[in-house]
Amino acid sequence: MKALDAPAITLEFNTAAGERAELDVPVGPGAQRTYWQNVRSRVARDPYTMVCLAVLLLMGIAAILAPWLGLDDPTAANSARRLLPPGSPGHPLGTDELGRDMLTRLIYGARLSLAMGVLPVLAALLVGGVLGLLAGFVGGRTNMLIMRVTDVFYAFPSILLAVAIAGALGAGIMNAAVAIVIVFVPSITRVTESVTTQVRSMDFVEAARASGASTYAIIRTHILGNVLGPVLVYATVLVSVSILIAAGLSFIGLGASSPAAEWGLMLNTLRESIFLAPFNAVLPGFMIFAASMCFNLISDGLRSAMDVRI
Amino acid sequence: MLKYILRRVLYTIPIAIGVSLIVFTLIHLAPGDPLSAVMGDVDQKMLAEMRASFGYDKPLPVQYFMWLGNMLTGDMGYSLRSGAPVFPMLVSAARNTMAIGVGAAVLGFLFGVISGFLAGYHHGTWIDKAVSSAAIAGVSMPHYWLAIILVIIFSVNLGWLPSIGAGSASSFWSWEAWRHMVLPIVALAAIPAAIVARSARAAVMEILSMEFVEALRARGLSERHILWHVARNALPVVLAVMGLQFAHLLGGSILVETVFTWPGTGHLLNLAIFDRDMPVLQGTIILLALFFVLTNLVVDILQAWVDPRISRS
Repeated sequence: MKALDAPAITLEFNTAAGERAELDVPVGPGAQRTYWQNVRSRVARDPYTMVCLAVLLLMGIAAILAPWLGLDDPTAANSARRLLPPGSPGHPLGTDELGRDMLTRLIYGARLSLAMGVLPVLAALLVGGVLGLLAGFVGGRTNMLIMRVTDVFYAFPSILLAVAIAGALGAGIMNAAVAIVIVFVPSITRVTESVTTQVRSMDFVEAARASGASTYAIIRTHILGNVLGPVLVYATVLVSVSILIAAGLSFIGLGASSPAAEWGLMLNTLRESIFLAPFNAVLPGFMIFAASMCFNLISDGLRSAMDVRI
Repeated sequence: MLKYILRRVLYTIPIAIGVSLIVFTLIHLAPGDPLSAVMGDVDQKMLAEMRASFGYDKPLPVQYFMWLGNMLTGDMGYSLRSGAPVFPMLVSAARNTMAIGVGAAVLGFLFGVISGFLAGYHHGTWIDKAVSSAAIAGVSMPHYWLAIILVIIFSVNLGWLPSIGAGSASSFWSWEAWRHMVLPIVALAAIPAAIVARSARAAVMEILSMEFVEALRARGLSERHILWHVARNALPVVLAVMGLQFAHLLGGSILVETVFTWPGTGHLLNLAIFDRDMPVLQGTIILLALFFVLTNLVVDILQAWVDPRISRS
């Protein structure tokens, strides 16, 4: 999976917390826009990113509001109505192998599947970010220790590591989440470390130190200000990977368990029915694909808007 | 160059030790010891005897070194389920995974290189847009879903190809075996094809913008010659990407193998997880991880060989 390959980063550095002089061209009389305002306006002009944002927003809102949308019970089986084709009265997307409404389960499935995309990445950002900052800022032996351990984790293909950890811990959605966090921490550590190390030796950091800025202030304004862009772009790719891995773990029985509504698990149970209802069987996979692709495209959009190369 | 190779080879040793430590730790993260999960309710005395015979009664560090020592002599223990030695099981599974893995790598590489080169050369045209969109779709695609779609189209509807197993043929060089391999290979090839296409496109665009291309054009070389120069310069980068993708492919084949019940390492891993068959689980993971480490090593050395600047840094 490409997102976990070793990232090589080249970027321009912010000289102060949010401004990037060479990119800022004042548009109106006296209108001095900040770096982030520029990024926002570039993203707003990118149709792919905006469409993807809209799709994900729609999925997210539907997922959150699921209990109040007047849908069926996502877990109530009804053997009289098994595998109805899409377009059946009362079941616009048909029913699954136990007679449960597909639309209902796809919307409820978005809760677990999207959460499994976003939450592990947030957790990994926290852990990997702290480790990377520590390694980059302290340097020396601390850096050695953290980065060499990171290297060892890089010696596993990402899916294999996730399967191995989830498999060793045992089936369950929490264990799957823990597995994904462990898979992502090393790569976030690397990105953060490499940016931190580069920024740390910049003249403006020396200047800040010489003028008496505390370590905390340097980290907060200079390091975090520069790390944020690449890490944000990288994290959106990881969300897309996380959705794929989480659904994959559920697909082989290591994540969510029946009767929970989760896209990977639904794809697995409906797999038995491809002879009777191929269209129904394909739907959960399409949702995984759509969500993952949207995060990927958003990452591409952010990357060009922020002028970051990972 | 030799010094670089030596340094790079030596560097893999601590990595390999780290890998073995992680795999060992993973197995012992699992609740309970490996035997009680498999044996269920049996006589406590018998359980204790079995535990002693497998060495599970010793302290963990001792177990680790025992395991590592056995591993180094090629003894991977016995399956807790079937009692069969793990190593031969692994070898035959690895052979099967390698068969579809190599097929997928070749297919993905060819497809990715050709479309990536076309897209990069015709930058900004509809070809570029089509290839770039397909590549984005390819990296976002759950390949286990693609596998299911392929089965629906080619096995269920058209009835052209079988959907499960490896068939009864004894060798890979038979029509019967090939028929079983087509769908898993296509499903596995999607991700490497997409990633190779993206990197080939980027490499070609970067090279086309270099000055030497202008110089060649100025000297009146035909487009075909220029394309040849571009290809020669882009290929090392693309090959390196493909090398890593190949290793990822073998490690990630578990999902596709599950769909097709293909008797490879992924399938073996899947069975071992649900049987809680720790020796098999350990063996499979360590084999795949070591293969990944070795591929990385080979790719790095090949890259340094093609581009001497790398070994000097």
